[in-house]
Amino acid sequence: MMDESTELSVSITQIVQRLKGTHLHSQLEKQAKECLHKPEIKLETLKDDVRRVLKASGWERKLQNAVYRELHVLPPPGHPRAPPEHTKEPLAYMLKAQASWEKRILKSLNSMCTELGIPLARKRPVMEQKELTNKWNEMGTDEPDLSNFRPVYAPKDFLEVLIGLRNPNTERSDDLTVKSHWGLIQVSLNVHDIPQMRETYAELGLSYGQLGIDDHTHVPPDLFESEHIHIGKKVVSEQDSAAAQQYSRQGCPTGLRAQLWSLILNTTNDPEDITHYEQLKARVIHHNLLVDNLIYKDVKLTASNDDYYFVFEDYLYQVLLCFSRDTAVLEHFNYNSASPPKSSIQSKSGSEQCAVVYPPNGVIPFHGFSMYVAPLCFLYNEPSKLYSVFREMYIRYFFRLHSISSHPSGIVSLCLQFERLLQAHLPQLFYHLREIGAQPLRIAFKWIVRAFSGYLSTDQLLLLWDRILGYNSLEIVAVLATAVFAFRAENLMEVTSLASAEAVLADLSTLKVMPLLQIFLFATSI
Amino acid sequence: MEEHVRICHFRNHYELTRKNLMVKNLKRYRKTLEREVGRLEAAKCDFFPRTFELPSEYHIFVEEFKKSPGNTWIMKPVARSQGKGIFLFRKLKDIIDWRKDGSRSEEQKDEAQVESYVAQRYIENPYLIAGRKFDLRVYVLVTSYIPLKAWLYRDGFARFSNTRFSLSSIDDQYVHLTNVAVQKTAPDYDPEKGCKWQMQQLRWYLTAKHGFETVQTLFKEIDNVFIRSLLSVQKTIINDKHCFELYGYDILLDQDLKPWLIEVNASPSLTASSQEDYDLKYRLLEDTLHIVDMEGRLTGKEKRIGGFDLMWNDGPVYTDVGLEALGSSCLVANTHLGCVNDREKQLQQLLKPFPGQKKT
Repeated sequence: MMDESTELSVSITQIVQRLKGTHLHSQLEKQAKECLHKPEIKLETLKDDVRRVLKASGWERKLQNAVYRELHVLPPPGHPRAPPEHTKEPLAYMLKAQASWEKRILKSLNSMCTELGIPLARKRPVMEQKELTNKWNEMGTDEPDLSNFRPVYAPKDFLEVLIGLRNPNTERSDDLTVKSHWGLIQVSLNVHDIPQMRETYAELGLSYGQLGIDDHTHVPPDLFESEHIHIGKKVVSEQDSAAAQQYSRQGCPTGLRAQLWSLILNTTNDPEDITHYEQLKARVIHHNLLVDNLIYKDVKLTASNDDYYFVFEDYLYQVLLCFSRDTAVLEHFNYNSASPPKSSIQSKSGSEQCAVVYPPNGVIPFHGFSMYVAPLCFLYNEPSKLYSVFREMYIRYFFRLHSISSHPSGIVSLCLQFERLLQAHLPQLFYHLREIGAQPLRIAFKWIVRAFSGYLSTDQLLLLWDRILGYNSLEIVAVLATAVFAFRAENLMEVTSLASAEAVLADLSTLKVMPLLQIFLFATSI
Repeated sequence: MEEHVRICHFRNHYELTRKNLMVKNLKRYRKTLEREVGRLEAAKCDFFPRTFELPSEYHIFVEEFKKSPGNTWIMKPVARSQGKGIFLFRKLKDIIDWRKDGSRSEEQKDEAQVESYVAQRYIENPYLIAGRKFDLRVYVLVTSYIPLKAWLYRDGFARFSNTRFSLSSIDDQYVHLTNVAVQKTAPDYDPEKGCKWQMQQLRWYLTAKHGFETVQTLFKEIDNVFIRSLLSVQKTIINDKHCFELYGYDILLDQDLKPWLIEVNASPSLTASSQEDYDLKYRLLEDTLHIVDMEGRLTGKEKRIGGFDLMWNDGPVYTDVGLEALGSSCLVANTHLGCVNDREKQLQQLLKPFPGQKKT
């Protein structure tokens, strides 16, 4: 156990290490050197003067934002003796389960590859490269034959794996006893209940204004909206990452959201970022990967058929194809319970097989993956900017939705929390649904895995994602799932089969997210 | 005609809905404005692209054409709909050929009179969303021309072209024409795809992109298009208190977010391409009939009925909320295109049960 001050210095060292050599570092050095020419800099007080100038010109704020970003992404420092696996996932059985799941996925991918006789990767002939360059902005018009490709896995396959999770330390009995769980998830993790969440999500309470509630047409804007927008503009002009995150808890105004999210995630659109994106684009042009077909298929099956997102089809390819080739994403595996899949590829000489990470970013897309990107197209239309934001959102949040871990924002915790909340506050409903063979998680799982993308209307979805960013947690997704069931409880009590339960919950496009959350968190009697 | 009868057209609506006549009326109105009020006011009518009627204005057209070589023009038959007979051209040679030869269908040759066409400057820099061109369909209901009383419906939609916009493919009429009727025949048309966005979706998207104030200004300018176009035919349309008319306005936005009037339809298509579309058109018709008010339930002083907002009532109409909330003397227009349409609630409050009906 480390005491606080040691922990702090370890964190500081880590952050300094990470920021050294970044673009920001060189920019700061450059700025510091340039301000030496200024008359107000005196040799005697050099350090303080330079610091003052950097503060005034906004560079200190940029550094603050960068540090803040690192704090988000860096896992908490563990015991000095703990192996690196502990940072990925402290519970051994979870780590093992994830590893075996990965093995299955990879096997499925490799067998598809062998079956279809298509290489995992191949270099494109020059003609094809030229064609693709010309078609870069309209890849959606391509109609490749994708009938032989199947998604590597769908959310429901993943659910079955989660249902099978068992903690080897607990009593191993497959019989249903009083001690076993009502729901599908059979492991115990620490999840929050309503009293705890009322404290955590205080800003969603009834005495605070919210976008999504207090900007409704019949509410005079003076009460909340105008002031909130005014504050939002100030936050953007101050370029303060931490302030933006706090602000986002009460919702981001439509006109400011793109800038606010960018600030919270600390994504920039410097020449450096644009170059990085162009490099990725070049890699797409030069090589064709098998996963590209999976991406095409996913987009065609999901986003292209969606009333809101069909327009953005081309952007989705531009982002996802590049994403697959971005090795910078590999870094997040340090704190992800998953590990990048390795495939054997024939080496150049053809004589041996060597293991390489495949796809290059270590993320195998599944059915519905493109829906993580689609809502962002409403906010950003420059591909490099859209890309940066998506990548940051993925390595901070989305990856937790499809890897097995004990993290409070991980899919297992979210599912368990959903079940627990429903059992605690709507026990009759839970019991009824269970009796008719309609376990609630079976219906809610697909919403949770996608963080509701494609199920809610876009404006509502973005209000939800405002809070994910604001509270730096996906917990709110589980709460919303419960709140939806609570809202439709009356109808659900009448149904007699899984199919009819699905039908009651099939269309969420008219739901208003914030009132549901507020009522569930603050108006449920406990 | 009896007192209670209502007709859903004005006798000579073609003054507004036939492209050549609309242009003529607008030009005349613009001239009047310039003469009586001034240049600035007249400039507010500059929302239609340079248009010439052919064959009558052929020579003036050629003059204009030569002034800006390389520009693209679009040829549209005056009285057809659903995108029939439309094509694009860049060289005079293209239409000289067309004039002479039998590129016209049999149907056209049989017509006794020479069909009128208009040649219009093609808007080469349309506002694109994700590389696609779109136009807006908006509904305006006119219940009287003298005095002019017009209502604007909050719902509407944006129709997307299925293919990506590029000036290099003039012949691909599927790219340039966003009419759903034409899109339906395009080879890669997928009826499942639904190439429409609700107006709310569009407004919300634009606000996220450009900010609240810019979009507010844009929609004000769109209101201006409706009002000016109606004022321009106010004196020519034969007014009749039995008549009302629901117009489908087609508006195009360019990259500078300037709205352009493409055309006005007196019989906007009411066939539905999807459930959502059906619901919209159903609500639209229902609210139209509420305004026509054959049951006599309304006082006539309403500023809003269902999804319709009173846009012009012999003068601009302002919301009541605007005055207090802003605290200044800034007047807010009473139109809410693309805004929340909570019509059911509003209708409930508005319509009192009519005589004879039991109170539930």
